[in-house]
Amino acid sequence: MSNFSTATSIAHNVASGAQSAVSVVEEHLQRIGQREEEVHAFNLVTSAEARERAADLDARIARGENVGLLAGVPIALKDNMCTRGVPTTCSSKILEGWKPPYNATVVDKLFAAGAVFVGKTNLDEFAMGSSTENSAFGPTRNPLDTSRVPGGSSGGSAAAVAAGFAAVSLGSDTGGSIRQPAALCGVVGVKPTYGLVSRYGLVAFASSLDQIGPFSHSVADAALLTEVIAGHDPMDSTSIPKPAPSLVSVLGRGVEGMRIGRVADLPEGADADVLARLDAAFIALEKAGATIVDVKLPSLSYALTAYYLIAPAEASSNLARYDGVRYGNRVAANDMNNMYADTRAAGFGDEVKRRIMLGTYALSAGYYDAYYGKALKVRRLISNDFAAAYANADVILTPTSPTVAFPFGAKTDDPLTMYLCDIFTIPTNLAGHPAMSVPFGTGQANMPVGVQILAPTLGEEAMFKVAAVLESAA
Amino acid sequence: MSERLSAADVAKVARMARLNISAADVERYTQQLDGMLDHFADIDNLQLADVQPMTQPFPLVNVLRADVEQPCLDREEVLSAAPAAEQGRFRVPPSGGEDE
Repeated sequence: MSNFSTATSIAHNVASGAQSAVSVVEEHLQRIGQREEEVHAFNLVTSAEARERAADLDARIARGENVGLLAGVPIALKDNMCTRGVPTTCSSKILEGWKPPYNATVVDKLFAAGAVFVGKTNLDEFAMGSSTENSAFGPTRNPLDTSRVPGGSSGGSAAAVAAGFAAVSLGSDTGGSIRQPAALCGVVGVKPTYGLVSRYGLVAFASSLDQIGPFSHSVADAALLTEVIAGHDPMDSTSIPKPAPSLVSVLGRGVEGMRIGRVADLPEGADADVLARLDAAFIALEKAGATIVDVKLPSLSYALTAYYLIAPAEASSNLARYDGVRYGNRVAANDMNNMYADTRAAGFGDEVKRRIMLGTYALSAGYYDAYYGKALKVRRLISNDFAAAYANADVILTPTSPTVAFPFGAKTDDPLTMYLCDIFTIPTNLAGHPAMSVPFGTGQANMPVGVQILAPTLGEEAMFKVAAVLESAA
Repeated sequence: MSERLSAADVAKVARMARLNISAADVERYTQQLDGMLDHFADIDNLQLADVQPMTQPFPLVNVLRADVEQPCLDREEVLSAAPAAEQGRFRVPPSGGEDE
């Protein structure tokens, strides 16, 4: 764990009056001032709003008010979550300057819990990428080694926490976009069960896969933040109609008697240094009283194909809304069709166009059955594999990313090379299950390695118990 | 390269997706997308006839609210975010041009 203060300790200190919210926010803004130019974690830093908000919280606390579970905690938001009156760009030129007329549900929940927003973080355009190199506003650099990528697509949110710009942050995860950058930046990253956290106000990429989740320095902070943002929301029709789970209370219960799945037929591709840390994680859990069981996931090797047909197909439909009519930017033309096509050509970057075209192709007449239809069936096979595996295991452990953080430009020539970064994270999204990445030592070049814990639907309790044990053994 | 996809296919897809891209871009995307489809051929030989497609992680039903008037986004605020608006509406160029 890093030397930066955790959200848990900040909230405790601010609520008890031991520390003011203003001093906490100043400390974080100071670090932003020192390193943001180098790291570029943010599309926008909201210093004035953060200071005003912190002063207001201090005044309320002085009056004896309970301001919430995240009292004075500085938080950064991925710039694909709507914030009323504050620019939300998705790191795309097509939305540059757009100010949403409403807040995402998670934003309202964090605000109600006493958090202080410090800014909107950089991402691969519309969350499409694994390195944050696809941002229209320039890449984010890994704070641990600025010659390397922070991962993506939520690279800005991961970097903001790793650099101490914010105590915690939110990202979104469609195929690993929280867990992979968390692993590459050495922080904790959680993708909750699909439907546990409301997607209302999250700019849609692939609606059957997208999920919001936290980045943090500690497992306890991730549990706290997940508790705050989870729960049913009538504004999201895919929201699970159940109350938020209690997660902080399960930490420290240990893993005695738990069954930890090791994937016997894990797809190839992970580097030796990453696999060595995974082995060490199994040993640590066994020492803590868990049993390691072998599980088989024979369809896992097809997950990449299923994902890269399904996600672009959904994206091609979701991104049809950027047409230069209701919001965002427009390229003027005499005719409506030309206006659409010129606006979208100028507004979207290369990777977004590529995925829109791939998705449009996979859904088009004559190819639907061969591509999209088939991918949906493979998705079922993967889901069935997991169901069989979870009959024998409480959680499954895999690498989060096949490699440690890589240098800029290493994977930009061939899009498929970049897609392979997601090989271990994608299956969870297809199944709709929760998963998280926990830092577990270092690999090549002394860069952090993340271990991924996968759990069945609403299996967050078991997942967090294992995470807490790994954190203390790391 | 397998040539699963021609430049004409990509040009048609770009037109359907309302993306005005150059001829050079069509060539480049054709090569890249063809490479991807080659990789995706790994599922070609799977026996999937009896498998039910999975569109969502959970079985979902439509969520409907009562059909009564409710407060909604402010009209002026919404229109102020549009590239062009006039008389309380979004303004667009004429649609009389060529189409598919």
